[in-house]
Amino acid sequence: MTTGTDLPGFADPVLDAQSAFRAVLAALSCPGSIHDAGAGLTPPASLAPATAAVLLALVDGETSLAIAPTLQPAAGWIAFHCGPEIATTTLAGFVLAEALPNLAALDTGSDEVPERAATVILQVAALGSGASYTLAGPGLQHPTKFAVNGLPVDFAARWTANRALYPRGIDLILCAGGRLAALPRSVTVGEG
Amino acid sequence: MAYVAVKGGERAIDNAHAWLAADRRGNPDVPDLGLAQIREQLGRAIDRVMAEGSLYDQDLAALAIKQSQGDLIEAAFLLRAYRTTLPRFAHSEPVDTATMAVRRRVSAVFKDLPGGQVLGPTYDYTHRLLDFTLAAGTAPPPPATAHATGAKMQRVNDFLVHAGLIEPDAPAGTTPGDITRQPLTFPAPRDVRLQALARGDEGFLLGLGYSTQRGYGGNHPFAGEIRVGEVTVEIEPAELGFAIDIGDITLTECQMVNQFKGSKTQPPQFTRGYGLAFGHAERKTMSMALVDRAMRAEELGEDVTAPAQNVEFVLYHSDNIEGTGFVEHLKLPHYVDFQSELETIRRMRAEADAGKEAAE
Amino acid sequence: MTPHASPAIAARQTWMAVLARAEAAELAALIANAPPLPEPVILRGPEVGLVMVRGRIGGGGGPFNLGEMTVTRCTLRAGATVGHASIAGRVPERAVLAARIDAGLQDPARHDALHAAVIAPLAARQAAKRAESAAKAAATRVEFFTLQTMRT
Repeated sequence: MTTGTDLPGFADPVLDAQSAFRAVLAALSCPGSIHDAGAGLTPPASLAPATAAVLLALVDGETSLAIAPTLQPAAGWIAFHCGPEIATTTLAGFVLAEALPNLAALDTGSDEVPERAATVILQVAALGSGASYTLAGPGLQHPTKFAVNGLPVDFAARWTANRALYPRGIDLILCAGGRLAALPRSVTVGEG
Repeated sequence: MAYVAVKGGERAIDNAHAWLAADRRGNPDVPDLGLAQIREQLGRAIDRVMAEGSLYDQDLAALAIKQSQGDLIEAAFLLRAYRTTLPRFAHSEPVDTATMAVRRRVSAVFKDLPGGQVLGPTYDYTHRLLDFTLAAGTAPPPPATAHATGAKMQRVNDFLVHAGLIEPDAPAGTTPGDITRQPLTFPAPRDVRLQALARGDEGFLLGLGYSTQRGYGGNHPFAGEIRVGEVTVEIEPAELGFAIDIGDITLTECQMVNQFKGSKTQPPQFTRGYGLAFGHAERKTMSMALVDRAMRAEELGEDVTAPAQNVEFVLYHSDNIEGTGFVEHLKLPHYVDFQSELETIRRMRAEADAGKEAAE
Repeated sequence: MTPHASPAIAARQTWMAVLARAEAAELAALIANAPPLPEPVILRGPEVGLVMVRGRIGGGGGPFNLGEMTVTRCTLRAGATVGHASIAGRVPERAVLAARIDAGLQDPARHDALHAAVIAPLAARQAAKRAESAAKAAATRVEFFTLQTMRT
C-alpha cells in the first residue's frame, strides 16, 4: 500500500469541502486576505493542513495535478483522497509546489478558454510576515499590503509578466499552516 | 432572438405537480407499486432505461420508471440527471465478453458451434398470443435444467478470424474518447461512435438499422452471434495496485457479419458491425451493430449515400434526451417570437394587397 | 478477475470478489455468527460514485466507454490492517462491512475463523447460483438432428 493512505481526509466530506472551497473563494475575491482552512486535518507531514484542504476541495479524478519533487512523499495520500490524473507541470490544471515554478512555462490558457489556465497551489513558510508587496486590482478598493515568507526575490517582476497575459494567466493559492491567501491573475503586485 | 423573462404561474405549477403526483398514484384502492416489483417483473423496461440513461443501477431505474409513470424516455432523463450528482471514481478494465456467463447465445451463421445454440429466456418462438393466465396471476412452472459442461463459449468471430475470412479486431488503442466529458466532434472515431450508440434511442437505431436492410446503405448482414449474460466488472483502485471485482452486470452483445467486396488495400472478406448494451437488449444491439457497420462506409471505401452512413446525422440525432429537450422546448412560451412573426406576416400581406391595388 | 502473481494478493482478490457479490441480508446473518471484528477507523467513505464501464470494439479490439454504473467504496483501518471495499450499487452499509471483513481477513490471527464463517459459505452459495443459471441455459441448448433423406 502506498504511503499516506492510512491517514484520513475530511471528517465530513461535504461540509468540510464546502468550507474549504468558501475560504478559497473568499481569498480569490479579495486578493491578499488571509483565511483559515484545514482545521482538524491530519495530512502527511509534508503537507500543511491548509494545502491539504485546498487539494481535497479542488482536486479530484476529473482534474490533473503536477506534484513538485519535494512534496512527492504526499503523492500516495493525494492519489487516495483526490485521485487526480498526474500530469507534467507544463500540462497540469493544478500545480502543487513549495518553490514558485516558472509561471510562463505552465498552461496559461488560451484566449478562447482562459479558464483552463493552471492554478498553482504553493505551500510557503508563512503568510502575514516576510517580504512585503502592494496589491491592487479587482476586489481591492485601495492598494493593500501583503506579506509572504517563501516567494522568490524577483516575484513582483515575474507576476507582472503573468498579469500582462490577462485574460490568460496563472492563479496562485498560497498556503501556510492552517491559513491560506490567493493572488488571482487579475491582481497587480508591486514591491514594498 | 433574446429571451424575455416572464413571471407568474407558480401557483398553477405547484397545483399541476400536486395533481401529477395524485395521477401517478392512480386509484388509491389499488395497491401501490413497489420498486422491487418493477425491478423483478419489468426487466426489459429497466434494461432500456439503464442503457439509454447510460447508468447501470436497477434500483434507480425502477424508481425512475415509477416516477415517470412508465414513460421510459423521461425515466432515462431522470437517470442522466442523477448521474451528474455523483463523482466518478474510476473506469473499469474493458469487460471481457468471451468470459460471459452466457444465458443466451445464438448464431445465424454456424449451426454447430462449440457451446451450441443456447436459446435462453427468449420471446423468439412465442406465438405473440396474449396469455390470459398472466392476468390471473398464475405462477409459472419452474424452468428445466440440464447438465452444463462449464466450457468457455468462444466467440463465433474468432473461428472466421482464424480462417482469415473476416477482418480481425483492430489493435487495442489507448484511452478512448468520452462524450460525457468532451463534446462530440467530427470525424468521430469508432470508440466515440459506439459510446453514443450504446446510449442511443432504441427506436431511432431500429429505424436506421431497418433502413440499411431495405437498401439505404446496406451490405447484406448476418447475425454472426448474439449473446446475453453476466460479465464481471473490475477496477484497479490506485491505492491497491491490483484489480478487484466490483460485481457483475448483464450485457447483450451482437456481432453482425457483413459482406465486403474488397478494396485496393483489402481482399474480399467479411467485415463486422458491433453492438453492446446494458441489460437484455437484443433489438437494440442488433440495430446498433447494423448502424455501426453502416457508419464505417467511408473507412471501407464505400459510397456514403444513405442516412445510416452519415456519421454526423446519426450521432447528432440518436440521443433521445437531447432530442426530447429540443422538441419539447417548443411547448414553452414563445410569445414574443411569435408576435414578431405575426407582425411580419401582416406587413407582407399589407404590401401584397397594396401592390395588387396599384396594379388594378 | 485477473489474478495477481502474488499468492497473498490473489487470495485477497478472491475474497474481495466474493464480498462484492454478497447480498446484504446473507452478509449480516453470517457476520452475526462470526468472531467479532475490531472497531474501525474510517479513512475514506463510505461514498457512492460512478465507474465508467468499458467494452472493446468488436469484443476484442480497442477500448470504448459503454456507460456508467453506481459503486460504493470504503477504506478503513482496523487494528493493524487497512481494509477496502468497492461494490456495485449504492450500498454504504455493505461497503463498510465488506471493508471491515477485508481488514479482518488480512490479520493472520483472524483469517482462518473469519474465512470459514463468512467467505466459504458465501462462495459456495454464489457458485451454486451460477451453476443453477448455467443449468437452465443448458436446458435451452438446441439438439439438432438431421432428417433422413427420403429418396433412395
